Amino acid sequence: MIGLNCEQLRVVFDGYAAVDGVSFDVAPGTSFGIVGESGSGKSTVLRAICGLAPLQQGRVRLTAEHAVPEPGSKAFRRQVQMVFQDPYGSLHPRQTVDRILAEPLAIHGLGDAESRIERSLAEVGLSDGFRFRYPHQLSGGQRQRIAIARALILQPQVLLLDEPTSALDASVQAEVLNLLEALREQRQLSFVMVSHDLAVVTHLCQRLMVMQRGRVVETLAAADLAAHRVEADYTRALMQASEGFVRRAA
Amino acid sequence: MRAMQQPPSARTLLSVEDLHVAYPDREGRYGDVVRGVSFTLGRERLGIVGESGSGKSQTGRAILGLSAPGARVSARQLSFDGIPLLTCAPAQRRALRGGRIAMVLQDPKFSLDPVMNIGAQIAETLQAHAPMPARQQRERVLQALAAVGIDNPARMAGLYPHEVSGGMGQRAMIAMMLIAEPELLIADEPTSALDVTVQLQVLGILDKLVAERGMGLIFISHDLRLVSSFCDRVLVMYAGRVVEEIAATDLHRAQHPYTRGLLNCLPRLGAARHPLPVLDRQPEWAQA
Repeated sequence: MIGLNCEQLRVVFDGYAAVDGVSFDVAPGTSFGIVGESGSGKSTVLRAICGLAPLQQGRVRLTAEHAVPEPGSKAFRRQVQMVFQDPYGSLHPRQTVDRILAEPLAIHGLGDAESRIERSLAEVGLSDGFRFRYPHQLSGGQRQRIAIARALILQPQVLLLDEPTSALDASVQAEVLNLLEALREQRQLSFVMVSHDLAVVTHLCQRLMVMQRGRVVETLAAADLAAHRVEADYTRALMQASEGFVRRAA
Repeated sequence: MRAMQQPPSARTLLSVEDLHVAYPDREGRYGDVVRGVSFTLGRERLGIVGESGSGKSQTGRAILGLSAPGARVSARQLSFDGIPLLTCAPAQRRALRGGRIAMVLQDPKFSLDPVMNIGAQIAETLQAHAPMPARQQRERVLQALAAVGIDNPARMAGLYPHEVSGGMGQRAMIAMMLIAEPELLIADEPTSALDVTVQLQVLGILDKLVAERGMGLIFISHDLRLVSSFCDRVLVMYAGRVVEEIAATDLHRAQHPYTRGLLNCLPRLGAARHPLPVLDRQPEWAQA
């Protein structure tokens, strides 16, 4: 099991601090949620962890009892994989599922591609028949399963999930959440999940962090949130908003 | 499906009976995406809920006559305020569209014209439906922007869509649809692209406008919880058919297994369930 520790992350785009002084710790084998509105910097945190956004300051490191790879190395990338928000945009439209899944194996020089691909498809609950389809021949839920299979085929220990269910229908969302939870238990994975949906985050994560304008508003346990034990006004506002529309008395 | 009892005071604005929308496949055979939808609408808030592919958006588009080219739309009755929409003259239909019936689309990023400033886009609706002198028109545009809660309408009118946030863009689109003072507004996922807090502001604006102007509203969404908190009545669609019609306040007493399944599979704050229940789709749901 590998955990993750981030200290004082700061990401600046053209003088604008998208992420400023964000620190958190993910214990090995647990899930950690990041909640916030668009523009709060929650996705940028994930991108900074896997090296897709430039870190101006701060440090990302893996934590475990054994030796762990340094960020930026190929070994790090093999341990830390990401699932992107939009399954319509994150799969190559002109590659078959087989080719999409074969690519990470080729990059990391893993042999035995045939059986690995078959196994990873089975793990996400898709039959072998999906192997030679193109993304446009799949539904949104099936595509997100392929994206998860692509991340898991390298057998990483840390999975970064960027709004993995926000493009999906409620019924399909439930299936994908159940799949993620089962996979985490099976493989002892650590998750960092970004979402704007408080209910989804508290369902999957033990601890979560609320972000606003690039900064951390509050870090708390999911159980506290579920029991309405929150400190910050902003968190309370988000909780109210997630309960639906309330008609003000005229 | 029997229609629900309506209070006698609610005048029927729109009546839809046995609506079918079909698209041809590659071989030219038509397949129905909307299969016999019937409902009537007074001056109320009606929600249409369903998953992607359930035909909810196609129903909204067919009412407005915006089905994609190649579509075959048929209905025993499709009338708005007594005007038969499928058989009236194209010019009359065009005058209704955007004038007395308007539609708010899902994503302001894709539904606003990127090379036209927001004020000019709103004015275009007025030019089409209520021509007036330029000065008066400008005033109406600014009023419309103020009505959707924009602090500085003059500045907003001069901006281009890429210069505004999603929430602002969606307000601009609502302003555009409301400036001709429609009697029926069809909102197709008007808040799905927005953050929860902004979502509530936009809904608050819609709600106020419906109440003040006595508009009819069809609110199309995949979000059952949101719809039940916002609308008076909800139609639940599955595979092109209405499987259940229910008062929004009675949603928790829904009868149809599909509606119950949809409600049940949402994660809830403070009620942990692992694993989440999933929908067990039955083939008979798609049948009559």
